[in-house]
Amino acid sequence: MNDALVDAEVVGRVLAAAQRRGGDFAELYVEDRETRSALYDQRRVEALSSGHDRGAGVRVVVGDTTGFAHTADLSERGLLAAAEAAASVARGGGGGVREVALEPLRRYATAYEESPETVPKGHSVKLMQLADDVARGEGGSITQVQVGVGGSTRHVLIANSEGLFVADQQVRTRLSVSCVAEGDGGMQTGYRPTAGTAGFEILDDDQVADVARGAARQAMTKLMARPAPSGDLPVVLASGSGGILFHEACGHGLEADAVAKSASVYAGRVGERVASPLVTLVDDGTMAGQWGYLAVDDEGHPGSRNVLIENGVLTDYMWDYLRARSAGRPSSGNGRRQGYQYLPMVRMTNTYLLAGESDADEIVAQTPYGVYVAQLGGGQVNTTTGDFVFGMTAAFLIEGGHITTPLRDCNLIGNGPTILQRVDAVAGDFSMGGPGTCGKDGQQVPVGTGQPTIRLSAVTVGGTAS
Amino acid sequence: MSELASRVERIIDRATVHESIEVYASSGTEVEIRAYEGRIENLARASSSGIGVRILREGPAGARVGVAWAGSLDDDAVERAVLEARDNSRFASPDEFTTFASPDGVRPASLELRDDAVRTTPLDDKIALVLGVEQLARHAERIRQVESANYSDYEIETVIGSTNGIRASSTRTGAFLSVEAIASDSSGDQTGWGLVAGRGPGALDPTRVVADAVSRATRLLGARKPPSMRTTAVFSPRSTATLLAIVGSALSGDAVVRGRSIFAGREGVDVASTVVSVVDDPTDSRHFGASNYDGEGIACRRNVLIEAGRLNGFVYDTVAARRAGTTSTGGAVRGGIASSPSAGCRALQLLPGDEDGQAIIRSVGTGVYVESVSGVHSGVNPISGDFSVGFTGLMIRNGELAEPIREATVASTLQRMLLDVTLVGSDLEWLPGLAAGQTIAINGVSIGGA
Repeated sequence: MNDALVDAEVVGRVLAAAQRRGGDFAELYVEDRETRSALYDQRRVEALSSGHDRGAGVRVVVGDTTGFAHTADLSERGLLAAAEAAASVARGGGGGVREVALEPLRRYATAYEESPETVPKGHSVKLMQLADDVARGEGGSITQVQVGVGGSTRHVLIANSEGLFVADQQVRTRLSVSCVAEGDGGMQTGYRPTAGTAGFEILDDDQVADVARGAARQAMTKLMARPAPSGDLPVVLASGSGGILFHEACGHGLEADAVAKSASVYAGRVGERVASPLVTLVDDGTMAGQWGYLAVDDEGHPGSRNVLIENGVLTDYMWDYLRARSAGRPSSGNGRRQGYQYLPMVRMTNTYLLAGESDADEIVAQTPYGVYVAQLGGGQVNTTTGDFVFGMTAAFLIEGGHITTPLRDCNLIGNGPTILQRVDAVAGDFSMGGPGTCGKDGQQVPVGTGQPTIRLSAVTVGGTAS
Repeated sequence: MSELASRVERIIDRATVHESIEVYASSGTEVEIRAYEGRIENLARASSSGIGVRILREGPAGARVGVAWAGSLDDDAVERAVLEARDNSRFASPDEFTTFASPDGVRPASLELRDDAVRTTPLDDKIALVLGVEQLARHAERIRQVESANYSDYEIETVIGSTNGIRASSTRTGAFLSVEAIASDSSGDQTGWGLVAGRGPGALDPTRVVADAVSRATRLLGARKPPSMRTTAVFSPRSTATLLAIVGSALSGDAVVRGRSIFAGREGVDVASTVVSVVDDPTDSRHFGASNYDGEGIACRRNVLIEAGRLNGFVYDTVAARRAGTTSTGGAVRGGIASSPSAGCRALQLLPGDEDGQAIIRSVGTGVYVESVSGVHSGVNPISGDFSVGFTGLMIRNGELAEPIREATVASTLQRMLLDVTLVGSDLEWLPGLAAGQTIAINGVSIGGA
């Protein structure tokens, strides 16, 4: 696979055709993606799967309207047909053929050692067996272990009518372990993933064993769990347990598309205090190796480190190129898409809360009664109202300043602006959490999150115990 | 024979004497239009096609399967997929139960799942439809803004063929109209979402989708967090469909044989109250999930899974059925070219009861009305049964809907909730997705609030 997915001359002709009927902006996005995955379940290699997807998306912007078409046919004829279809939104526009002067091609590439495509298939099998052995070795109550491993290499070529011309090679690798433990009270589950924007070199034996052990212990611990309480309680989130809280509580509401439509509780609030002064929140596409890393976003603009909230004050939103352009500012490198079949949108990369000065153990010791969350699951937010939920998949009661009984899974619910004000302690023990997949408008993209140990003075815990 | 079907034949012919091959191919077109503030925001058009190939090799200890897929029907892409699937099969563990489906003599229902209007309706008419919806919603009382109005449709042909003699070919269309409205007053903003779906644009009622979104948004205005309590919850048809889809995932024979279902080993046991009967019936053309064939090319059929509260059985694909010592129920589902078949429900419904939604609210008297739920993927564990979701809705007082509530959770366990269903409504709605829904009442749930 070379990176000349499409010839520069063809790219120029396609962009010209896309603007034949007029238009303020045209873009060609070409993608070639190889995927490898393997599944190990019930001590069997179920199947290895190899996938290949390639195609191109063309978008044409005319005023406030975007036309888009995609095709799996990368011949000049196929690309021109897509350009024509995308251009048809520019009805009755003036237009005429425009020359596009492309910049010299800028090339980017993920640093990796072992490509997911060329790593021996037997090696994936060995990693999965190792994970299975370690997980089952944790205890006899582990009755089910499922291991998934895989990776992808994505070559993209992005060119637009302003001359931007960029190629990138993105390599990602992922392994996850799911366990079921069975006891007198029924079944409980444990889940741990590990992943990076890198090759298979990140999956060394120690790392894989660690993930497997974590998943098994999570399931076994929950066998002794009792129902979570219900109602407003102080909640301590362990370091790296899931910056998903901030991803949902304010991340989505700081995306410029929601802001522009006044569909965000944070619209028009730059410069205002929106959080406790302990909160400094960053979205950072430049963290090489992290799951949400990107050298360039899917519009060809370099990823960057953007401070969103500084000491509680809202400083900026996240931007894609077109919204940034109409606001007369540079893109923040947050224009992302799941693949060539999709239009780019404003999306997060790695979103994290900076470390504070408290001591993590002290925070727990100073909490008479509450919930300690060791691991968060996913979440969901309504950006317009700010109401959001997030799930806890490993949690304990805090009684008298000590972490005590494990709790069963449940959701927590809150309102973003309110919860941000309730961050009343932030520790110095920052770490990144597990890799996440963020869904928005039907598109999934890899994102990272991170945070130190923090306490929220009150959150509604959605359990069943009164 | 369609172009796609003959393409599949040629790929099947490439099997060597020592292997079986299964090909799943699809080819389709789609249109998506998004309107915002009186204009078209996005207009996307596309056609796409692809194949998934599975190759199976028998050995003394059982069969091994390898999988590959390609988002294209190019000769090169197909060639690579076949070679990769063959190579991948070498690494799978041999398994005595692994096999491909074989024809079982059951004739598929002859459902018409295609509406040619998807193809023949001019693009301008589709644009006018969505612009009309956007405008209607924007001018509704107390609506501050319409976040987006969307029209989309698709036509997709799917062909499944194998060296075992499977030949299944079908074409279906779908059309969707949705709108998200923001209502506003001095208490702040609330959102409401409306969606209608059908096989073609003619089935989409613009007035209904707007009325749905507007009433959902406006009746939440002024909503407050309720106190924590244990009470009766009345689920709206939409929330019931969400709950039913989760129950359906635990009725997968695949989850059962892997020991990952709350229903494993409980056949013949009363797992729900007697008003609960759960049926998966893809042969009912009114259901959006209706289908002639399952994901392995076997005829779909009606399966009664829970009958008057008693667990009757599960849906099975071919391999899970063999592990369980039974035969496929035509219950294989697959997520597209990149996914292998597995057992799952596709057209669930609760058999309707006698009373409509209003009557149920009246007879419940006091409780909460769960209009829409959030955080289902993070708060429901279909293996342990733990259930906790966020919701918005209304209080029920004196048998009527009262003040709106938000930022609250409803929690129980799936096992408990099924046993605690007291009423199932007659007001069945054919919602898009794998489950239909109607109003139901569930006793003794925990509401998490202030």
